[in-house]
Amino acid sequence: LVGHFQWSLSCLGVKVERKAGFKAPIWGLLLVWDACSDALITFDKENLQDEMAYIVENNIIVAALTKQLENLSDQVRVQYKSKVVKYTWPKSHQVADAIPWVQVTLANGQTLQTKLLIGADGPNSMVRQEAGIPTVKWNYDQSAVVAVLHLSEPTENNVAWQRFLPTGPIAMLPLSDTESSLVWSTSHRHAEELLQLDEESFVDSINTAFWSNENHSELVETAGSLFRTALSVLMPSAGSARQLPPSVAGIGPKSRVMFPLGMGHASEYIRHRVALIGDAAHRVHPLAGQGANLGFGDVACLTQLLSQAAFNGKDLGAMQHLLEYETERQRHNLPMMAAIDLMKRLYSTNAVPMVVLRTFGLQATNTLPAMKAQIMAFASK
Amino acid sequence: MNTPKLCALTAPITTVDPNEVKRFQLLANKWWNEQGDFAALHSMNDLRVPFIRDNLLNAHGGRRPGKPLAGLRILDVGCGGGLLTEPLGRLGADVLGIDPVADSIGTAEVHAWHDPDLRGNVRYRAITLEELSEKGGQGAGQFDAVVASEVVEHLADLETFTLCCNQVLKPGGSLFITTINKTQLSYALAIVAAEEVLRIVPSGTHDWDKFVSPMELERLLESNGFHVESIRGMLYNPLSGAWSWTESTSINYALHAVKLEEEPNLDEDDPEDPTVIVAQAKARRWYN
Repeated sequence: LVGHFQWSLSCLGVKVERKAGFKAPIWGLLLVWDACSDALITFDKENLQDEMAYIVENNIIVAALTKQLENLSDQVRVQYKSKVVKYTWPKSHQVADAIPWVQVTLANGQTLQTKLLIGADGPNSMVRQEAGIPTVKWNYDQSAVVAVLHLSEPTENNVAWQRFLPTGPIAMLPLSDTESSLVWSTSHRHAEELLQLDEESFVDSINTAFWSNENHSELVETAGSLFRTALSVLMPSAGSARQLPPSVAGIGPKSRVMFPLGMGHASEYIRHRVALIGDAAHRVHPLAGQGANLGFGDVACLTQLLSQAAFNGKDLGAMQHLLEYETERQRHNLPMMAAIDLMKRLYSTNAVPMVVLRTFGLQATNTLPAMKAQIMAFASK
Repeated sequence: MNTPKLCALTAPITTVDPNEVKRFQLLANKWWNEQGDFAALHSMNDLRVPFIRDNLLNAHGGRRPGKPLAGLRILDVGCGGGLLTEPLGRLGADVLGIDPVADSIGTAEVHAWHDPDLRGNVRYRAITLEELSEKGGQGAGQFDAVVASEVVEHLADLETFTLCCNQVLKPGGSLFITTINKTQLSYALAIVAAEEVLRIVPSGTHDWDKFVSPMELERLLESNGFHVESIRGMLYNPLSGAWSWTESTSINYALHAVKLEEEPNLDEDDPEDPTVIVAQAKARRWYN
């Protein structure tokens, strides 16, 4: 969770309560490093007073939003346990007896009509499919395994760790002083194996993934350390001291699950009286922790444009402001998605030239505070 | 009959024959196509709705949140298919749209009845301003605001128009006009470029002789019981299809005038007449 999302949550009047341990700020660092070399990159705010980002468990956010929705019950009606079976789209011209709005038919037979339908129904969005919006997508042949990790010993848990293994990145995100969240992206087969392992073996494999150096090749190590020396001559003050990731002792009961990964992007986010937000419009690899944030950014943008349109007495389903939403969000989301996809591909290989390339790249970026500031600023937008 | 469903949903057009309704729907597709013949009028709402809304909010203060114009009665003269009438209605005002062209009124009604936000407070009548303002024509001194957008450049008799506006407005009420200046530039752009070359507006829509300059309009209004509060230039960009405010009023401009509060003539009126006594008391309060 970064920057503007906190703003947009607070604009909606939602309070995410700081229960003991449930909202962990990452104060200082985001440490990312390569399994095939020693290269690492750290992202930190110069001024450690400012928190860089927050990790908030999904069910906390959902609980906070539900509470806020209850407060707005005279303006917002939530119909739980409902399923849509059919959408009827408005014709582009007025026809006798036809309603010019979107009609939504529910499983219980009820029909609703709306001026604007917002599709927030995830990567396999029915709204998107029924509207016939073409999507560029591919599967990554990877699944992510997630779990709640119990750390070996309580620590000042304010660092997020991510290591790029040849099979995919493994990340540990702090939840509290004693717990972290695991996101391990790997091949489908490996993910299934991980799910089958008993707790002890699973914990061992996590620790090995973070600590082992078996993927280092001599050539890469030499090249890497030479480059690092060269850099330290040019920019002696840059770079940061290496910290060590915490080791894991156990996992939360029943917290181990897996889900397939893919990339998807809807070529259009809007149609007449329809708008897509969140994963329905775009789906990314979890390696940059940006998927949810892109969605929150969509929400902030669309809410702002809709409230402006309402203040101008506009029909909320009109194309003009929907087009503005699409343009603004595509301009922001596409570069981010391209970058994440590129990172994923870059780090999916053991091949020495690629490893050397990314080693240099990572080390160089690490010593350039201006570049890192740019990356962080972009992710916070 | 194949129209019972239609009749059940909308009172105003129960007496209209179904073929008429079909015709209105065809016309509605023309009027209400945001990228069609009337695209420039649709995008002009981005300027004229805030212009009307903000000036009325200044005069009357904020109303219910979400309905900034609630409680205000507005007359939209020359409303056409209702392009400006509907947004004003959505902002909470009680709007009456009038147009001498019955087809346009039919179109406007057909378009508006779908929207529950509009059914209660937007009405249309195929009638002229003169007819409405005649005593007994239910128009006298009733409206908080009169909007005449892209209308005066089509009128032969501006003096009568001004008098009628004065007649239907409450004292202190607002008059909003958007129109085209009478300049060489406006001839080049509004007639030649817009109508003949770029076809932004259908050919023959405008007659340059009927254009009126802001100075002329101001003079006319001020000598007929109005005070002109502001005049702003508007500029259309044919590439982006968007309007913007501009310094120069050489082509399009918007004007806001206010009807002066009545000043009763203390010499001529019968001092026994209770209405005069009340009026005099009011006048004294106003001037103190």
